[in-house]
Amino acid sequence: MKKENNNQLLMTLLKGRTFIVLILLVVFFSFASKSFLSLATLTMVAKHVALYGILGLGMTFVIITGGIDLSVGSVVGLTGMLAGGLIQEGLTVGSKTLYFSVPAIIVLMMIFGCLVGCVNGLIVTKLGVAPFIATLGTMYICRGFANLRSGGATFPKLQGFPGLGNTGFKTLGSNWFGVPAGVYIFAILAIISAILLKKVAFGWHVLAVGGNEKSARLSGIKADKVKIIVYMISGFCAAWVGMINTAQLNAAHPASGDGWEMNAIAATVLGGTSMAGGSGTIVGTIVGAFVIGVINDGMTMCGVSEFWQKVIRGLVIILAVVIDQTQRNLQAKMALQARNSGK
Amino acid sequence: MYDDPNVVLHCEKIDKIYPGTKALDQVSFDLLKAKVNVLIGENGAGKSTLMKMIAGIEQPSAGKMYMGGEEVYFKDTNAARARGIGIIHQELSLFPNLTVYQNIYMCHEQKSGLFLNDRKHVEGAEKILKRLEHEIPPDTLVGDLRVGQQQMVEIARNLIQDDLKVLIMDEPTSSLSAAEVKVLFKIMRELLEQGISIVYISHRLEEIMEIGDHVTILRDGKYVADADVKDITLSWIVENMVGKNTQYHRFERSIDLKSAEKILEINHLSLPKKGGGWLLDDVNMYLKKGEVLGIYGLLGAGRSEVFECLMGMHPECTGEFIFQGKKMNVKNIANQIKNGFALVPEDRQGQGLIQTLDICKNASIASMQNYRSGVFLNSAREGKAVDDQIRDLHIKVADKHLPILSLSGGNQQKVVIAKGLMTSPTVLLMDEPSRGIDIGAKTEVFEIIHEFSERGLSIIVVSSELKEIMAIADRIYVLSNGKLTGELEEAEITEDNLVRASYAGLGTGKSAS
Repeated sequence: MKKENNNQLLMTLLKGRTFIVLILLVVFFSFASKSFLSLATLTMVAKHVALYGILGLGMTFVIITGGIDLSVGSVVGLTGMLAGGLIQEGLTVGSKTLYFSVPAIIVLMMIFGCLVGCVNGLIVTKLGVAPFIATLGTMYICRGFANLRSGGATFPKLQGFPGLGNTGFKTLGSNWFGVPAGVYIFAILAIISAILLKKVAFGWHVLAVGGNEKSARLSGIKADKVKIIVYMISGFCAAWVGMINTAQLNAAHPASGDGWEMNAIAATVLGGTSMAGGSGTIVGTIVGAFVIGVINDGMTMCGVSEFWQKVIRGLVIILAVVIDQTQRNLQAKMALQARNSGK
Repeated sequence: MYDDPNVVLHCEKIDKIYPGTKALDQVSFDLLKAKVNVLIGENGAGKSTLMKMIAGIEQPSAGKMYMGGEEVYFKDTNAARARGIGIIHQELSLFPNLTVYQNIYMCHEQKSGLFLNDRKHVEGAEKILKRLEHEIPPDTLVGDLRVGQQQMVEIARNLIQDDLKVLIMDEPTSSLSAAEVKVLFKIMRELLEQGISIVYISHRLEEIMEIGDHVTILRDGKYVADADVKDITLSWIVENMVGKNTQYHRFERSIDLKSAEKILEINHLSLPKKGGGWLLDDVNMYLKKGEVLGIYGLLGAGRSEVFECLMGMHPECTGEFIFQGKKMNVKNIANQIKNGFALVPEDRQGQGLIQTLDICKNASIASMQNYRSGVFLNSAREGKAVDDQIRDLHIKVADKHLPILSLSGGNQQKVVIAKGLMTSPTVLLMDEPSRGIDIGAKTEVFEIIHEFSERGLSIIVVSSELKEIMAIADRIYVLSNGKLTGELEEAEITEDNLVRASYAGLGTGKSAS
């Protein structure tokens, strides 16, 4: 009986592990670096967390279905370049040049992100290419186009031209009431994602496809459609990150977002989403994004070299997955115990 | 035009062609209203295939289906479900990662406005589970339930459908205990009273006699007979199920098996099942030198598991193996090959062959160690060994370096047998050696078995085909539900005895508890 209680306690600790780690990290860094708990630092951390977090939201849906989306980092770069290009150069059709207002650009970029996701989804479902390979391909393609858009150059100074009516893009990168705009967008997207996953039938279908695709099909779920949609969500999220990041820098650079897909995957996995598919939560991913953000910025502030940061980040991810598996095994063991004692 | 008020669904001359095989051949079938329609046949007779057509999982290659006088075509499961057709699959089709209520309401989600109404889900799940006398908390993860409970959830999924007209049950009792079967039958009778028609596929003949109304028998994808349950006997079923036409010639043995030494003894072999129960339950067997020993049983009886234990694939099994007079310690597959065991697995494509390698490599891969010169492979020696086997087993190959898939099924199987023989085994284990090969190749495989046993090789053959095992085996053990239920020799080897023994271990309620 006592052992069972111990298991229960261990279980609770394991379930809340990412959150516990987050608190420990914050405590640790506030002692290690005096300036860590300052408003300026926290704002900066929040800014970064929002970017990884938004990517992580989309990634969570994809990973729950058993897939992966490596293209998000490049989509960040490409949408940034497309948005920056539209503001600075407009769209030239024949001899005419069209300039769009900022809201119109935002809508266009959202559509573009969904489109890339749709292509990913179609390659995975209709052509039967493994998600890792399919999105690895689109990752290179998007990065290539991001560079091609400007010949590798940066679009600087995106304040727009009042005469053309396309000013205001910077708002996405500024602070609203002292909090970075990206954080609000992260919050809104997170709430929508949580509702999608928990409160509507689509969420069940995502979990079902990840849990047992064959059963899902037999139950009448259109598994291909579900998969295409999750990649579209991921692309949509990446487009937002592309725009926010560009607005924050007030410049569009073709190398932006390079390697961010790994941060997004790390946040998702740290948040307890299983790479095998079938389980995961939005809250977990949010906490995971905070852990990644706090580790990155905390280590930088403590003067840890960029090289050691990579080593530590890698260790944290491996450890997280090992603990995750321990929890699953324990859960299975407890279920077996409960079953046996129930008889 | 087809209109009979007593027939809820009529299939007219259904064909289903898979690449290389005809799974259904001009099968017509009447699904009687508010009756338990039983389908019987050996494995591969086409029962499940026919049901997949009716449930919209697969589509017929030819033929028509009618409901209430009009022609229907189900392009997917949703189309069939819209017509009130539900199916409980042979293999559980649940989501282990989701809760009981999510599983029950998957694709039948209850909503208020846009959002899911989980209160309705939980209440509905509680109600339906209470009716099934299994009050499982609806928020339990299905993966945490034991198999019998999972089966109940699968059944519950179909009962929530309001306009259910036809319920297809493909071996629903295979993982249920006797008490659970009783509940299921009670539910089935309730459904009949509500005017719902049931299709029931089962291998358990005593269940069919208890619950069935009308029996239809399929064999090799063809309709054989149908009759009301009250008019038939067990022998009638067996006779129609097995058929009279395919007879294999029985081999004459020159070895005196009576005085032959026991080469292998298996004592008290048990293998626990995941989620409770036993895959093998205290099985005792022996094998004599030069003997062809048959193991017969239905799907899930534990036939292949005996082999897997012998090959060291189940370290969790308990029991004792005595091999050539000494206690044998079964460690792993490589070690068992060294000990003199070779397995010809059931799933040729999945387990027997490596499709990307050529014929020669597929044959030599298990005995590669023997063709080494230093660290290098001696291709000449390897090639010669393979050539010997090709000649010995009469494998029809133009060139041993052709892709393995260029061979016919029968010749592929011979390559797998060659691979086993090249490890110079003392005991050859063959799991369904004739599966998926044509009749000519079957006879050849049987001749190989006979020939090698005459040379002194001890062979154990697992088969689910009555005629075949009767033709080749000197002695037959029958397994049922993990238990040894019969040992037949010489004149005792009859269809009736085999079938009776293969059902003997069922319905005792021990299976899932």
